[in-house]
Amino acid sequence: MDIPYTVEARPDTGLYNAKVGIWLFLASEVMLFGALFSSYILLRVGAREGYWPHGWLNVPVGTANTIVLITSSITTVMAWASCKMGQFGKFKFYHACTLCLALTFVGIKSYEYHDKFTHYELPLIDGKFADGHLVENKLRYENKAWSGYIVLKGHKVEDRRELYDLHTHKDAKHEEMKIEAAQIKGLDASGVWRFSYGPWHNTYTAIYFTLTGLHALHVIGGAIVIGFLWGPLARLWQRDPERFTNRIEISGLFWHFVDLVWIFLFPVLYLL
Amino acid sequence: MNPSHPASGSAAAPAHGAVDPHFSHHVRRYLYVFYALLFGTLITVGASFIPWGNREVNIAVALAIAIAKASLVGGYFMHLISERKMVYTILAFTAFFFIGLMFLILWSFGDFPRFTVKH
Repeated sequence: MDIPYTVEARPDTGLYNAKVGIWLFLASEVMLFGALFSSYILLRVGAREGYWPHGWLNVPVGTANTIVLITSSITTVMAWASCKMGQFGKFKFYHACTLCLALTFVGIKSYEYHDKFTHYELPLIDGKFADGHLVENKLRYENKAWSGYIVLKGHKVEDRRELYDLHTHKDAKHEEMKIEAAQIKGLDASGVWRFSYGPWHNTYTAIYFTLTGLHALHVIGGAIVIGFLWGPLARLWQRDPERFTNRIEISGLFWHFVDLVWIFLFPVLYLL
Repeated sequence: MNPSHPASGSAAAPAHGAVDPHFSHHVRRYLYVFYALLFGTLITVGASFIPWGNREVNIAVALAIAIAKASLVGGYFMHLISERKMVYTILAFTAFFFIGLMFLILWSFGDFPRFTVKH
């Protein structure tokens, strides 16, 4: 049995069925990201004065990723336009570019995540805070006690708020600090990882990892679909080019939505 | 609705090798949108470093540029400038609920129980 309205428009909607389906799906996606954006607004406005981070993310890296995603959007639309013009070879080229750009985006995002997971803010028993990136971890947990040391490249601060607005502390001198286990306040059996800038660090990192993590999952999901259409499903072009073109349009609409979400995520998380 | 737009109605592909003359026009337009998006990204980054006086202005400028960029992506790459009524209907419902969601947040700011400790 043939699935109806995969190519021709349904008389009542004026669209082929998959297009109605993708727009309904994107509507639900808008509400999903909308709920998380509203959570961001609540967390940000509810933060205590001086305790909302600024300058924690690498702007050149974020800008590069934005350009990567925008470029993937144009290659996506060009891939679809190539199908419409009957140029299958060009379609293959443009969508190969899209896949490479998607992998580049995920690669850059992974680098940024790694940077956060290896960044520590250690509370010290003298009341100061040691903040920096991990150089060496020689901490050991034996007989329910910590021994050894950890080396961070960064700096120490008296007031934790100095770590929140990095725009105003650009001149801080970063050097290697060797910190003994006994100097770290509150080091329990769970280990030193809980002092890293992971999602557990504060509400900013929590919403940052949630928003960008969900977005990255969308990039990966979209890339899998595009890869499937580029590879195994490309045979459909020979049999039914119109239906194949419609599939490319549908996957493209999803990809542009992913780009659209990032257009808002980038300034909100990196610049403001 | 523009009946010549590629997204109008069903997406009928021409025969293999045939070139739809409308499309070279559309492709050029897509490239202009791409350049505008790149420019918008650079403007967003540049504007964020301008000391406007207070952070609210920075937020307003960044969001205004983001909305302009999103409009370009939605309008041209997602063909919303010439879509069928059904798509607009779906989006109208989405916009209604999205705006409602944001207003709920705004209203919640003024709704604190008695004795709430404010920092």
